[in-house]
Amino acid sequence: MRLELAGVTKRFGSLVANDHVDLTVEPGQVHCLLGENGAGKSTLMNVLFGMLRPDEGDVLLDGEVFRPADPGEAVRRGIGMVHQHFMLVPVFSVAENVVLGFEPTHRLGVLDRRRARAEIRKLSTEFGLEVDPDATVESLPVGVQQRVEILKALHRDAQVLILDEPTAVLTPQEIDALFAIVRSLAASGRSVLFITHKLKEVLAVADQITVMRLGKVVGTTTPRESDENALASMMVGRAVELVVHKEPARPGPAVLRVRNLTVADERGALAVHGVDLEVHAGEIVALAGVQGNGQTEIVEALTGLRSVVSGSIELDGVDVTGSSPHEMLRAGIGHVPEDRQRDGLVLPMSIEDNLVLDIYERQPFARFGSRDLGAVHANALEKLQAFDIRATSVEVPVKTLSGGNQQKVVVARELSRGVKLLVASQPTRGLDVGSIEYVHRRVVEERDKGVAVLIVSSELDEVLALGDRVAVMFRGKIVGIADPSVDRETIGLMMAGSGPRADEPIGVAAGAGAPRAGQPER
Amino acid sequence: MSMTGVVAPDGLVVATAERVVPGGRVRGMGVFLVLLAIVAVLGFVSSVSSRAHATFLLSAPPAVSVSPLTMSVRWTAGALAMLCAALGVLLVLRREQRGAYLIFGVGFATFLWAFLVWAARGAQLNFVQMLVTTLISTTPLVFGSLSGVMCERSGVINIAIEGQFLAGAFLGAMIGSVTGDLWLGMLAGAVAGGLFGWLLAFLALRYAVDQIIVGVVIVAFCTGLTNFLTEQVLTPDQTTLNSPQTFAPIAIPLLDKIPILGPVLFDENVFVYLAAILLVVVNFGLFRTRWGLRVRAVGEHPRAAETVGIHVLSVRYRNVVLGGVIAGIGGASFTIGSVGEFSSEMTAGLGYVALAAMIFGRWKPFGALGASLLFGFSVSLQSFLAVLNVGIPSPFLAMAPYVITIAVVSGLVGRVRPPAADGAPYSRE
Amino acid sequence: MSEPGSPRRQPRPLIVPFRRLAQANVAVVTGLSVVSALVLGAVLIVVTTPSVLHVLGHIGSHPGRALGLTGASVGDAYWAMFSGAIVSPSALGHVLSTGHGWVTLFTPLSETLVAATPLVLAGLGVAIGFSTGVFNIGAQGQLIAGALAALYVGFEVKLPIGIHAPLVVLAGAAGGAAAGFVPGILKARTGAHEVITTIMFNYVMLNLLDYLLSVSPFQQPGQSNAISRTMPATARLPHLFGSGLRVNAGLLVALALVAGATWFTRRSTLGFSFRVIGLNPNAGKTAGIDARRVTVLVLTLSGALAGLAGTASLAGTDFFLSSGYGGNIGFDAITVALLGRNRPTGVLFAGLLFAALDVGGRNMQAVTGIPLDLASVSQALIVMFVATPVLVREIFRLRGSAAASLQLSTGGWGG
Repeated sequence: MRLELAGVTKRFGSLVANDHVDLTVEPGQVHCLLGENGAGKSTLMNVLFGMLRPDEGDVLLDGEVFRPADPGEAVRRGIGMVHQHFMLVPVFSVAENVVLGFEPTHRLGVLDRRRARAEIRKLSTEFGLEVDPDATVESLPVGVQQRVEILKALHRDAQVLILDEPTAVLTPQEIDALFAIVRSLAASGRSVLFITHKLKEVLAVADQITVMRLGKVVGTTTPRESDENALASMMVGRAVELVVHKEPARPGPAVLRVRNLTVADERGALAVHGVDLEVHAGEIVALAGVQGNGQTEIVEALTGLRSVVSGSIELDGVDVTGSSPHEMLRAGIGHVPEDRQRDGLVLPMSIEDNLVLDIYERQPFARFGSRDLGAVHANALEKLQAFDIRATSVEVPVKTLSGGNQQKVVVARELSRGVKLLVASQPTRGLDVGSIEYVHRRVVEERDKGVAVLIVSSELDEVLALGDRVAVMFRGKIVGIADPSVDRETIGLMMAGSGPRADEPIGVAAGAGAPRAGQPER
Repeated sequence: MSMTGVVAPDGLVVATAERVVPGGRVRGMGVFLVLLAIVAVLGFVSSVSSRAHATFLLSAPPAVSVSPLTMSVRWTAGALAMLCAALGVLLVLRREQRGAYLIFGVGFATFLWAFLVWAARGAQLNFVQMLVTTLISTTPLVFGSLSGVMCERSGVINIAIEGQFLAGAFLGAMIGSVTGDLWLGMLAGAVAGGLFGWLLAFLALRYAVDQIIVGVVIVAFCTGLTNFLTEQVLTPDQTTLNSPQTFAPIAIPLLDKIPILGPVLFDENVFVYLAAILLVVVNFGLFRTRWGLRVRAVGEHPRAAETVGIHVLSVRYRNVVLGGVIAGIGGASFTIGSVGEFSSEMTAGLGYVALAAMIFGRWKPFGALGASLLFGFSVSLQSFLAVLNVGIPSPFLAMAPYVITIAVVSGLVGRVRPPAADGAPYSRE
Repeated sequence: MSEPGSPRRQPRPLIVPFRRLAQANVAVVTGLSVVSALVLGAVLIVVTTPSVLHVLGHIGSHPGRALGLTGASVGDAYWAMFSGAIVSPSALGHVLSTGHGWVTLFTPLSETLVAATPLVLAGLGVAIGFSTGVFNIGAQGQLIAGALAALYVGFEVKLPIGIHAPLVVLAGAAGGAAAGFVPGILKARTGAHEVITTIMFNYVMLNLLDYLLSVSPFQQPGQSNAISRTMPATARLPHLFGSGLRVNAGLLVALALVAGATWFTRRSTLGFSFRVIGLNPNAGKTAGIDARRVTVLVLTLSGALAGLAGTASLAGTDFFLSSGYGGNIGFDAITVALLGRNRPTGVLFAGLLFAALDVGGRNMQAVTGIPLDLASVSQALIVMFVATPVLVREIFRLRGSAAASLQLSTGGWGG
């Protein structure tokens, strides 16, 4: 099916998220939509999928105007979407998730589970999407969950597939496997719209490339006619330096010393398994790895948010194992959490209050249990200047700020306490290029002041650009520590948990309850 | 839990599913049983003379008559206490989650049995009647907790069950009395409950008002309204407006002849049967049908449901109204299924107890039934103990269902896992 | 689904003036909510009064008479409510013509203030819970616990008047605090949801009260009824305007606590941490605030205020306890907190309004025979409308600016 967008415009108040966007995806083609965060890609995708209505312009399917009132209609017309945040019900089985909304039934609406399983098997073999229909989705690795999402779209006989940032949570090897699937989908005559902000992927998978910036289409090209630098400057609107400028590190004594650390997740499974790690003053250690391999739990243990099963954490030679978050902060740990809106900020509160969120009870911001609002205000004005936070006033709720400015609020707060160790998780996720550069520069500055820095990131580019040493995590262990000059391939293989041979499907490797091809039902 | 290792090519053994055993709670339950056994030995065995006997009457019409069961208090309670202690020790040693609740339940039942034997020493306890009373007290709770299941599985918290009970009880009594037709009364109760279900849905879904707040306000409104109407409308003309008949028991031929079970299960009024049918239907519907799959998807991950074309808000609307209808019928059972007249605030917080039963039952119909039976039994126990005059002040007996609820939600259930989107308003943006 | 990271999405400079307008809206919406509730109350009166319904049945033949009688019955009811709660014109006339009868003139107002005192105190407690994301429905039980403690200190301890009454007040606060602490610690330790546990504790406390009222030392000696001993004179809260008017020092306690709560929420570090946990517990934990401790503290504090509510009526006006003490104050406190939007001054005004409705309702019942419960129906309706400002604006076709919503979320069972 041919998908065509003609002059699609979508406004939110004064913000024009999509400004007369034209785009055509031919059948059998992989069309990449490239743009950085905030370029309007998600809005466009929601328009296509019936979640939003365009203010102007039309969507055409095989030349026919198509105005889906809701996602249900979009699905019926053959549009399938693989969402960045998977639209899967975690407690449902794979089969239940795949058939949801299009269930095979007996009489009286009783579910026909046998037929559901059979259909999934058939699609699985056809497109090489190995998965056990009876596994509970939450027990599956993300790579497999993504296959379930694709199966879902295929079960509904999608002719146009939209993949929204599909590689964000995958290892390089899983990404290669995904690309193979995407190509086989295109080869079967389907149209694929691949949305991403990663240049390398675009060049690897696209037949056609459309670049968006600030809601507008700024150009179309093909991988053959373009290269990374050209795409980057098109995407950002100026020449972009893809490297972080920094002098070689001059590490001092070890500030953080983690010994044999073991941490459990909510369900009691061991998420971190006997990890040893040192971070020295004046160096940046980047913790690389696909999300969900224990990085989150390590950070939570370091900041006192999660209890430690065994092992020890030393800060400046003092054992701080088992301290509360409050004590950890007091001991000199700065923490930029992974999800700033969930853990880093109180969105309805003012900027000035958010800037003292973890020091509100200390002098000069409070005395004898009574807050000094003047000092809080003055502090905010100073930080606004020093960290280039763009806001009309420090009294407005922090939710009115853009993502980049919100992140600056968090960074400003954490750096204003004079920390010994800075732990920053995904510090640039969802930020535009300008903010990314700014945050990176501040992190390097802190390092040069002698702060020990631990960066956790699932973006390989960021890890390699920022880290003085790169520690790679896989399934709760640090599988190796590398020099950032090492080639991407090697680190990618480490992220997949092994040396050169990591071609076995991840689902099978997951152990208990894992799918096994050809196994008889039940 | 076993440790499953995967040997990576470089020889690294990676653990994937090793778990820290959460044995604390299970051990706690075991210790609790042992303590209960000690209480039983001290209270029900050593304090009683060796000749004391308790008699349980097991016969009731229309069942085939059975001879009463007479037991030596000391020996019976002693044996039961031993069994209770043994089960407690088993729990402590096993420390495994699976089956622990069942073992605990059996252990607790042995304690209750020992207690009953002791309480009935030197007297006769009509055991069948006690079970009948249990079932009667359980019935409205089943309706209430099924209402909760219907709403919360679709992601809407219905804390207004108490209000829907009152509305159903009031209108059921009034219409049943005015028309003289009890079925119309039941229908009226259903309509009243459904109306307040709709109001909850309307405010919580259309205007995204916090569901707990709406619920509390609806309860306040229903309480005030039924109080007002009782005094203003019913009281002046009690005989016409507030004197409905009650549904008579319907004996199911043959089955009602079974000793003990017959009079308890097969000689009940229509509300009890209806509750049983609803229980099966809701359970089957939720877990076996397309409707149930969609409802649960909406309650767990509304956005995912929306992306496959399910109308989240309509699913919720429908379920909340249906939930209200079920609670309304449950409300009607207070009047036309039981005492035959409406009186102010007669539901006495049982709507909230039903809510707790649903939580204790982990949002599952049969789980809720189990919890409801526990509460129903404690109510029945209370009234029979008052008759037996065991020396426990009646306010403490009256407290029992509520104390058990607290113990249940804090000790036994702990951190439960409700439907993921329960209580969260939904909008597409 | 706009992309939050958009660099062009600058905060609008218009926000500040808009905010003021929204505040004006709060008053408008609240006022209209009260009006709507009273209108619905009037409808309720009409449809439940047989004589009125009868004439309305003949509205075709005697439209004037029908409408007149309808208006009269509603008007009489609300007039009785007003004169019972605020001021009675006949008493005013009497004072103006004779110069005497001041006490009669101020009795309605005094009664309203007396009724408002426990509502405001318990309402403050509930409001502090709400704004921290804790839903305390146990004010009723905590009120009883406070009253029991206060009564015990009242009759067991012998002290001179200036010390005894304050001690009684403190005991009441402590009793309520203890009753709030239990669900707090249960939630912090086991995750038991406070909505369930606090409701259940209400019934536990009601039964415990029944028990204590029937045994020594609480039972009135020589009585077989469930009635407690009475507060000695030294333990009673002094009257503010002479013995003719029942308004007493409990009101001052309430006012002081409104001021204290205002300071607490706006300026204290503890209040700040409460607010953070209420708005985003995850961010609070990450910032080193101990959310469990906050939960326990909030429920304890909330219980203490409810305990004070019980003490104020016990030591101020009632002087003894009976079965079911406190009536609906505990539940009304929830609606008072909601109407007051969890702000201390808001709670004060909401408490006054609800007290006026209650006191006026009593007079209405006495004069017109319309049951007092009309007041609680109206109260529930008021809160229902206030909680749904969009609905009010739709009904009255107001041009809406920013929504003046309650901004309140209890976060389901997960919290």
